Amino acid sequence: MDKLKPDRGLLKIDENECKGCGLCVEACPPKVIRIGDSLNHCGYRAAIYIGAGCTGCGICFMACPEPGAITVFRLVDRRATAVPVPHAQVEGAVSCASN
Amino acid sequence: MSSAMDLEYTAAQSKPKAFYESFERKEELRHQTHYCPGCGHGIVHKMLARAIDELGIQDRTILISPVGCSVFAYYYFDVGNVQAAHGRAPAVGTGIQRSRPGSIVIGYQGDGDLSAIGSAEILHAANRGENITVIFVNNAIYSMTGGQMAPTTLLGQKSTTTPDGRTAEHEGHPLHMSELLATLSAPVYIERVGLGDNKQIAQAARAVKRAVENQVRGLGFSLVEVLSPCPTIWKMPPVEAQHWVRDVMEKTFPLGVFVDRTKESRPRAATNAAPALEEIPRILGTRDEDADAIDDVPALRAQEVDLHVRVSGFGGQGVLLLGEVLAEAGMDAGLEVSWLPSYGPEIRSGTSNCHVRLASSPIDSPLVTHPNVLVAMNEPSLKKFSAGVRPGGWILYNGATLPAEYERQDIRILARDFTREADTIGDPRAANMVMLGALLEIAGTLPQASIDAALRHCVKQPKWIDLDERALVLGRSLCKQFLERGAA
Amino acid sequence: MRKQLMKGNEAIVKSAILSGCRAFYGYPITPASEITEAAAFYMPKTGGVFLQAESEVAAINMLYGASSAGVRCMTASSGPGISLMQEGISYMAGAELPCVIADITRGGPGLGNIASEQSDYHQVVKGGGHGNYHTIVLAPHSVQEMADLTALAFELADKYRNPVVLLADGFIGQMMEPVEFPKRAVAPRLPHWAVAGTADSRGNLISSIHLGCDELEAHVCNLEAKYRRVERNEPRAEDWYANGAEIVLVGYGIVGRILKAVTAEARASGLNVGLLRPITLYPFPSLHFQRLAARGRVFVVVEMSNGQMVDDVRLALNGVRPVEFLGRAGGNVPTHHEVLALVKKLAKKYCPALEPEELAHV
Ligand SMILES: Cc1ncc(C[n+]2csc(CCOP(=O)(O)OP(=O)(O)O)c2C)c(N)n1
Ligand code: SF4
Ligand code: SF4
Ligand code: SF4
Repeated sequence: MDKLKPDRGLLKIDENECKGCGLCVEACPPKVIRIGDSLNHCGYRAAIYIGAGCTGCGICFMACPEPGAITVFRLVDRRATAVPVPHAQVEGAVSCASN
Repeated sequence: MSSAMDLEYTAAQSKPKAFYESFERKEELRHQTHYCPGCGHGIVHKMLARAIDELGIQDRTILISPVGCSVFAYYYFDVGNVQAAHGRAPAVGTGIQRSRPGSIVIGYQGDGDLSAIGSAEILHAANRGENITVIFVNNAIYSMTGGQMAPTTLLGQKSTTTPDGRTAEHEGHPLHMSELLATLSAPVYIERVGLGDNKQIAQAARAVKRAVENQVRGLGFSLVEVLSPCPTIWKMPPVEAQHWVRDVMEKTFPLGVFVDRTKESRPRAATNAAPALEEIPRILGTRDEDADAIDDVPALRAQEVDLHVRVSGFGGQGVLLLGEVLAEAGMDAGLEVSWLPSYGPEIRSGTSNCHVRLASSPIDSPLVTHPNVLVAMNEPSLKKFSAGVRPGGWILYNGATLPAEYERQDIRILARDFTREADTIGDPRAANMVMLGALLEIAGTLPQASIDAALRHCVKQPKWIDLDERALVLGRSLCKQFLERGAA
Repeated sequence: MRKQLMKGNEAIVKSAILSGCRAFYGYPITPASEITEAAAFYMPKTGGVFLQAESEVAAINMLYGASSAGVRCMTASSGPGISLMQEGISYMAGAELPCVIADITRGGPGLGNIASEQSDYHQVVKGGGHGNYHTIVLAPHSVQEMADLTALAFELADKYRNPVVLLADGFIGQMMEPVEFPKRAVAPRLPHWAVAGTADSRGNLISSIHLGCDELEAHVCNLEAKYRRVERNEPRAEDWYANGAEIVLVGYGIVGRILKAVTAEARASGLNVGLLRPITLYPFPSLHFQRLAARGRVFVVVEMSNGQMVDDVRLALNGVRPVEFLGRAGGNVPTHHEVLALVKKLAKKYCPALEPEELAHV
């Protein structure tokens, strides 16, 4: 990977909303999520992002049963798109990526 | 070429706005669902919430939570919420949508809820083509109650009520609701999707959105069946449960679109606009401006009237109509009146009778067990009621002579073949009105204008009014003849 | 406006629409079908919804939906259908949803027959569904009351956010009497708690669930407090020569009519008889009974059942006066002669001061 090029995506997992089911780990195509070692306040081992390699495909987001556990960020060019990427486009991305 | 300065990360996939910011339930779970780790309900919720966001319908949406593990769906969705009884969401949705056609009604149901206890409600809502969306989460088991068999439980699948596995012989085959509902003409869109892998999940999200969008477009009934993992009851780790959906469940419940009439469906015509409030009494006929002007209620009350009439005969002889004209005329003349028919199988068995009262003071009981006039249009009526006639009262009997066993000295009896009499003026079916004419002659108190008005009110066809008027005249004259003969 | 001769079943529907009812869901059953038929005819013409449901279970749940959406709504049925509706009635009482249910009672148990009985008293007045709840129950005895009490039913349903049952029988449903309606129709209003699919109502929730023990107990206590208000404010009864009567006849619905005839005849023969006719069966007009107990020596309850309301009369009198009962069933109607004979017998027993010659012919 080109070290100078930033990742297209970034994943944030809210540790306290995660139930550690592992569905996101299973779903992520580049396998950049894993189950952590420590327990969250509910006693689950929360999933964590390994810190690099997220493509921003959004697949983990739809695979996760918890409403707010996962937030997927995408790298955008401020000059090109002032507004965040709309969902509709992302949905296309989900199916492409899984095909 | 973008410089690093111009690049930034923006949230592309985050908690949909159709979810509440925090969930008002047990303190420690303010941001989590109550579902088990890896439960399909949570995934379906997210799809639905996102569809609501994307379609911009949050304010219009009414979500119906079922009974089952998703009973608390209303904890999460920041929309109008109604919680329904087990299986009844489609009926509840019907009640909402029919009165609030601008709302987006989404029924969320489990497989026990929809395919067992609520099988009638879903079938009929689908068959009526209600403009609602149903999200049907099929996890092949009763989860909330701890893992009993559902109609969707797979053959061989163990449950707490099929400890050795479900068999076709004993419990029947798994019920294919989507296929079943697809045989109906009304549904616009029915698809079965799964949560078995990424590809299935993506398709499920699309289907959920389409099913809601169809309603937004006013097209009619849409249902998406989602094969959904229940790791807890299936006793599988979440990932294994997910794969079980794809590898096992899908074999019994094939995925696919079973109905898609979205292209040929047209938005339903808007229901008729409500009339102005002032119009309603007129539409109901509870207010009639012409009649409002009339307040010349005849002063009949001055006379003491207390008629207890029983009219009886075969069904079809016009027994009830005879009584109705009498009551209507009495009311027109300013008397207190009541009319009480026999009904139901009594009528079906061929006999028919009614109680009529006309009185100058308020009527206590509308039941006439001891008539002062019995109108017996056939012999069985005599048998049934003649003994009850009050001393000094009358029997009008439709027969040339009174059978001997009904003779009584303390009452007056006018026996005539009224059917034949009616025939002489054009139609034997007017016998009831001939007898009414006789009765009116006996009663003597009602003004002719009231009788004419009553006849016009009760009898709608002009050809019958003419005949009935002549019949009344004939009846009166027969009675007069009888009274004159008696006096002579 | 002059009165109109009309069946009780039709009067209910017209009164309902004039009272702002805009949704009717029902399932046919004799002797209530005419209500459903009249609703099918008039509702669509007056901007309302009519739908024949697939069952009474569905019908009451459709009401649950319509009422949740803030629409005045009603259904009509008879014993077997009311049995099926009990689930939904319990849910509506629990979720505090108003609605009006007409029960035109027929004979039971089971399929029984379609003749008139008053045997639904227990299932309607005591709440045939599960849980701690009451329905308000009104018992008309004339076609005019079918109209008037329907209007009252909608008012009470909204006022207390509770299902209201009009408990009538086949006679009152089927008979025609002159009836007069209000000149103006009531405009439907959207209650603040409704879930109507609008931005304003988005935050609302209709539910009968209270998961915590304390939470549910608090809800039940709130309902109880509401029922106490109902019991304080809403009991209604007709006192027909009952004030000062020594023998107090008690009957509701069509029986009330028969007892009026009995009262007239008994009084004409010198007996000090009166009638107390409960109009509200829940709340039961207990105070009326207690007041009449001062002069009344005996209360005679007449019902077209095996004796259901009589329990409430006994509770109301709490043993201070004897309660006698005469019941007919199967569609048989207590005749006024039958009741009169009993009254005369009881007069001998309880009113010895009466002149012997007056009782000579007993
Ligand atoms: C009338 C009635 N009968 C039974 C129940 C008990 N009950 C609650 S949930 C449920 C089964 C729900 O199963 P399903 O619809 O498959 O939903 P899941 O829990 O699997 O999501 C049952 C039988 C009830 N609440 N009401
Ligand atoms: S899918 Fe969601 S809940 Fe499950 S482990 Fe991943 S982040 Fe946690
Ligand atoms: S967005 Fe795609 S690549 Fe990034 S973590 Fe999620 S699934 Fe993996
Ligand atoms: S029992 Fe099954 S359906 Fe219910 S919440 Fe748990 S995983 Fe989900």
